[in-house]
Parts: sequence; C-alpha cells; structure tokens
Amino acid sequence: MGTRDCNHICDESSPGIGEAGKTGEWRTHLPIIDDKKCTASKLNKPTCFLCWLYCPEAVMTKGIPPSIDLEYCKGCGICAQVCPVQAITMIAEEKNIG
Amino acid sequence: MAIQRKSNMLIIDGNQAAAIAAKMSRVQVVAAYPITPQTPLTEQLSLFVEQGELKAEYVAVESEHSAMAVCTSASIVGARAFTATSSHGLAYMHEMLHWAAGARLPIVLACVNRAIGAPWNVLNDQQDSISQRDTGWIQIYCRNNQEIMDTIIQAYRIAEQVHVPVMVCYDGYILSHTEMPVDVPEQADVDRYLPPYKPHTSLDPADPKNYNLVTLANPRIGVDGKLCHGYMELRYLLQEALQNSRETILQAGREFNDIFGRDYEHMFWEDRNDDAEITIVAMGSLAMEAIVAADMLREEGIKVGVLGLRVFRPFPKSDVVQALRKSKLIVVFDKNISYGSEGATCSEIKSALYGTYINASVRNFIVGLGGRDIKARELVEATKKAIASLKETVINPDYPEWICQI
Repeated sequence: MGTRDCNHICDESSPGIGEAGKTGEWRTHLPIIDDKKCTASKLNKPTCFLCWLYCPEAVMTKGIPPSIDLEYCKGCGICAQVCPVQAITMIAEEKNIG
Repeated sequence: MAIQRKSNMLIIDGNQAAAIAAKMSRVQVVAAYPITPQTPLTEQLSLFVEQGELKAEYVAVESEHSAMAVCTSASIVGARAFTATSSHGLAYMHEMLHWAAGARLPIVLACVNRAIGAPWNVLNDQQDSISQRDTGWIQIYCRNNQEIMDTIIQAYRIAEQVHVPVMVCYDGYILSHTEMPVDVPEQADVDRYLPPYKPHTSLDPADPKNYNLVTLANPRIGVDGKLCHGYMELRYLLQEALQNSRETILQAGREFNDIFGRDYEHMFWEDRNDDAEITIVAMGSLAMEAIVAADMLREEGIKVGVLGLRVFRPFPKSDVVQALRKSKLIVVFDKNISYGSEGATCSEIKSALYGTYINASVRNFIVGLGGRDIKARELVEATKKAIASLKETVINPDYPEWICQI
C-alpha cells in the first residue's frame, strides 16, 4: 500500500507523541538517574525538576522519582548537564553505536 | 446561440489590465515590491486598496523574497493571494517560488517579462520567467492585453483546482506599457466564474496541523496510524499535478468562453497550421508578430503557419506533435537562451518530436534579448534563411543562430 491514502496534498501532520517516529532509536547514550542523589527523590517532595524543565523532547516526567520515556529520549544529555547534584549519568549504549 | 452581453471596452495598458483582473478576482492579500516594468501594476493595486475598491490587505514588503513569503503565508491560512514582479525581482523570489509550489499553494503571480543583468537592462525578453521553469509553477504566456486580463482570472480557477501556483507572463513595455482595447468583464460574471477559494490547508486551534515541516526521505506513520508521504512522494504529486493539469486548463478556458465569449480552450494558439509546410513557433507578444510574418510569407506563396506557445508548463507535448504533424521545417524564435544549449522553447519542441513519426528540421533563432526590436520583416528573413539552409543540410544544428549584429 502506498502513501496516497493519507490524502495529504502537501506535507501535513498533526502534533502528537511520536509524530517524528521512535526517536529513541537515535540514542547512543542512555541517561541513568541515581535516585539516592536526585533532590526530588531524596526529599520525597515535588521539587527541583530541572531535568523535566530542560528536556527538549518532553520525555521526562515530574514524578518522584522522575522517569524517562526511552521510546523517544534521544540521549542528548541535557538533563545530565543541568542536574545540580549530578544525579544523572550518560552511559554508552553499545547497541546503537556503529 | 450568440451570447448577448454588453461590452465594456477600455483602452488600457497591460499592467492596468493585470491590476483590474486581480481586483475582479477578489484577491484578499497583495504583497509586492515595485520593479520596472511591473511598477504601475503594484501602484494601481495599492490605489485600489487605498480607495476601498478592493477589499484586500496590501502588504508593503522590503523585497520580492518577502513578497512571496507573505503570499505563501496568506495562502496557507486560506486567503487568495496575488503578487507581481519582473527580472531581478523574480530571481530574488526564486527560493520562495519553490516553496509556494512545494506547499501546493494556488498563488497567482504576474511576471512582466524583463531581461536580467549583468549588464543592467530594464527592457523585454523572457529570460526571467524561463529561468524559473523548474520551480513547479504553471506558466502561461500572453500575446496581448486582453489575454492578460482573461488569463489572470483563469489562473485562479486553474491554480485553486489543481493546487499549483500559476505564473502569468507578459512582455515588458511591449504589453505592460502599451495601451490597446480590452473588454473588461462584468464583476458578476467573474464571481460566477470564480467561486471563493476553498483552501486544502486549515488553521484551526481545535484541530491543529503542521505543514511542510522537516520531511524525511521515506514515508512515515502519522499519529493517526496512516502512512504519510515522504519527501519523494510529495515531489511525485507535484509532478503529477502538473502532468494532469492540462484538462483543467482547457476546461477553465472552455468555461471562460461560455461566460465571456472568448475562447481559451487552447494549450497554444494556431494560425493557418492546417496546410502549413513550415511552422513558426514563438511565445508571448512575438507570436502576434509571427502572424504578420506568416502573412508576408504566404503572399510569396510559402505555406507558413504559426504555433504561438501559451502554456509553457506543463508543456503540451502531444498537442504540439499533433499541430506540427505536417511541418517539414519548424522555425523556433526564442527570447531566452539556455547558455551552452539553445532557446528553451526549441528544446521543448525537439523533445516533444522525439520518437514520433515527424522528422522535421528544426531551426532556432535567438531574438529580442534586452529589448532588441524584432520586426515581422526580420522573422520573414530568418524563416527564408532557414528554408535556404535545408539545401545544405536537413540535420538540426547543435546551436541556435542569433539575430544581432555580432
């Protein structure tokens, strides 16, 4: 089956989760959160959430502990950079390298 | 049955005809930057808006690139948009011409044909619009001011039906600044012919859409689970739209005739081609000059016909082959040059003939660049020269001849 059935005359899409595909497949480095260091987890309070605020893909939840939707996390590492207590480390993912 | 209608004949120049046609098409957004010889057209449109005769937004932009950017933005939210330019202005608009066609927006642009520098020249040839041949726009060329008026109105019908922008081209000064009688239609008739634009794109907060974002090479599954076009499928659809636009163009011409009594059911104009052994091919106002040249050659007993190109994109290959089926010699006059090759319309004619049973000789002359006057007498002389050349060889030369004093 071809693409004609979408009936789009020009390029068209609707905003929604996964509109650009499973961007998690692009990832070469996986963010790992250490709950023992994470401020929100440590205090058991909805606080800090800088990782949530800065995540350009909106894949971080404001939970306790915060969690990451790995289907769409591209592994950019911004969360690890902005975390004031270095609770997030980026681990190389062999499966996506090379 | 003869159509009973009143005539509203005005003596106007090509730019005035274009401005009145845009007004009668009830354009809603005009964005243009003045450039010779298009300037009086944009001045007239801004006057119409200022005087309240045309209910449109006139956006005074800082460049032609911006003019087309405004037109694409206006069109994608559902407005009927118009712009006009010439020469360097059209060249400056190049990137956005691609965008308008790629986004499948039915914008109409009047191109007042003018030479391009270096060196500076404000006079007529068709190098400007020919250079935009591959941007995905439909291109229609006019021979006189009546055709400018009528073609702009038809252009919206065509563009909005096939979702492809249309460039209406007419020769600078020769038409833009020359007054001639033009039958101006009744607004009610234009309204009957041209219903309001129904966009294929929508701006609706309740159903938000993205248009023309980064599109990867391969198709992708949308959020609704449907397989959506990749970049290449979208390019295919644009080509398909132009390929299939012939019937729409002819229908627009036929229905125009039904209402206004002027027949445009033609991809090109023919004059005495039925028994012609030699066909002169020309595009724009030169096609009228070619009819005078054919008159002169017929007086000498030479069976000459004229093929006046009207729709250059899509190029009507099969129709051209049908029209040229009896020709033994085709003399093509081009007001443009594809450097290192030949005139653009000559290439099209040769391409159309390839693989058919027609084995005519083709002679190409480059004429009228930068406003160089080209008279019917010179077309006659060139045609005679082409006839004489057949004694030496019937093989088509690699390169064109130029009518100039080098």
